[in-house]
Amino acid sequence: MLTVENLRKSFGGVSAMNGISLDFAEGSLTAVIGPNGAGKTTLFNLVTGAFRPDSGRVVLAGRDIAGLSAPQIVRKGIGRAFQIASIFPSLTVRDSILGAVNAHRGWHARLARRFPLKEAQAHADEVMDLVGLGSQAHVLSGNLPHGDQKLLDIALALALEPRVLLLDEPTAGMGSEERWQMIETVHKLWQRKQLTLIFIEHDMDIVFKYAQTIRVLSYGTVLAEGSPDEVRRHPKVIEAYLGTRFEADQK
Amino acid sequence: MKQSSIARDALLAGVALLVLVLLPTLFPAKSLSDFVIRLSAFAIFATSLNLLIGYGGMVSFGHGLFYGLGAYSFALLMQKMGTSVPVAFALTILINGAVAVVIGAICIRLKEIYFSFLTLAFQMLLHSCIIAWTSVTGGDQGLTGGIPRPAFLGIRLDDPHHLYIFCCVVLVGSLLVMRHLMQSSFGYTLRMTRDNPRRAGFLGIQVWRIRLLAFVVAGIFGGVGGMLMSLFVSSAYPDFAYWTVSGEAVFMILLGGMNVFLGPLAGAGILLLLNDMVTRFTEHYSLVLGVVILFFALGLRKGLLGFVVDVWARRAARKQPAAVAAQPVQRA
Repeated sequence: MLTVENLRKSFGGVSAMNGISLDFAEGSLTAVIGPNGAGKTTLFNLVTGAFRPDSGRVVLAGRDIAGLSAPQIVRKGIGRAFQIASIFPSLTVRDSILGAVNAHRGWHARLARRFPLKEAQAHADEVMDLVGLGSQAHVLSGNLPHGDQKLLDIALALALEPRVLLLDEPTAGMGSEERWQMIETVHKLWQRKQLTLIFIEHDMDIVFKYAQTIRVLSYGTVLAEGSPDEVRRHPKVIEAYLGTRFEADQK
Repeated sequence: MKQSSIARDALLAGVALLVLVLLPTLFPAKSLSDFVIRLSAFAIFATSLNLLIGYGGMVSFGHGLFYGLGAYSFALLMQKMGTSVPVAFALTILINGAVAVVIGAICIRLKEIYFSFLTLAFQMLLHSCIIAWTSVTGGDQGLTGGIPRPAFLGIRLDDPHHLYIFCCVVLVGSLLVMRHLMQSSFGYTLRMTRDNPRRAGFLGIQVWRIRLLAFVVAGIFGGVGGMLMSLFVSSAYPDFAYWTVSGEAVFMILLGGMNVFLGPLAGAGILLLLNDMVTRFTEHYSLVLGVVILFFALGLRKGLLGFVVDVWARRAARKQPAAVAAQPVQRA
């Protein structure tokens, strides 16, 4: 579904991505892990068009999309949610999602008819229920608690009916119980919508429980990839990333 | 917030128009109808600027360009070309729209303060052109000789009462159209680009297109304000394109409130009233205005109408169950 080939990017001489090649199968649920600065978010930024790669290809369903602008890539079917919830604080939950539906259907610059368009409402309500924000429909997004803002961020991406959904740390900044709820919701979405879902995550318990496959990044390269079991046993991963943790656990 | 229907807005506009039209019959003072005419010009102008500031988050310091351009285009078309009023009106809208496309395309991609100052620079450019191009614009004297106002469709704009009704209709009509645009899908997309342009981009929205469209709409209505003023004074002056005009519109928006659609209208009323009252007693108008603005900036941040709407909403919330009461007022 989504393939990156030999992707490179440097910022002012600092190399953030050293020729990464990855493949994400259609309908897969993949976790991207790695220490801070490994290039996880940079990978997302390159795939979604926030940055233009210095070289390499980003191939979505057989088409090279590297170099397209962010809005163009969104229209090709890649949705994204952010580490820090990126929402529209002064709009209500429902209006935000309706706005996203409008954007998806190409109705967002229509002048003649009033917002919200009738034909957008069913889809928006469905998305809202899917992430469980139905009861908060008329709350201003900026007044939502942190966890709900993260859900709204995901809902905005879902409103675009993406083929590939990239979630940057969906559980960031949450308490442990809230984390499990969030990942359950994400998992449910993935099952129901048959998305190709890629998420960045730091909580290893979550990663090993939910991910089908894992990609480990380090210093802008792929350190390891494979099933959770393969990654868990990978010597380089244990050394570079899990080692200290496992040692700590054994004490 | 409830989305208001077209029918409801049209009804409100109809009632407002009726009241305005009947006003001179009840209070025949000429000063009142003159006030309403000036108000209509400034209210349209300030509201059009608020489409950029309040709805789009684009603080233009040079919106007076369109006010001046509208006034001069209309006045010159009437005076030198001898066109009829509706044709001059339509052509002026076209000219303003075209100029807004060009200037908008240059300014719109700039961020915040750079956008503000580049718009200001374009306004000063127009002002300099008006001053320098004496043969056409009359230079710093303004257009002399008055604007001919031939009758059309039975409307005689040289008759004060006809002019008054005409200005009321244009005021209510312009506000109605701008209100509708802000309640349309486009209006909500504009709010999204104001709140979080980056996120809007990642939803597939070409932010610059939305902003450019808003800039053009604002430019057109800014010009309509200028046209009314040139009709009223039967001339056009370089002051119409001076930067202080933009500043006044910003003050009006601050006074009335940028988060309420009719805020700039209220602000225009306050500023004109202040102007008329204070200049009667003292020539230190700016001093008084400064104090008033300071009061609003420190105490009534959301402007007068924004304050009223807040109080209203809090009252309504008190009558409602607690869950709703927790909701503060939404931005326009």
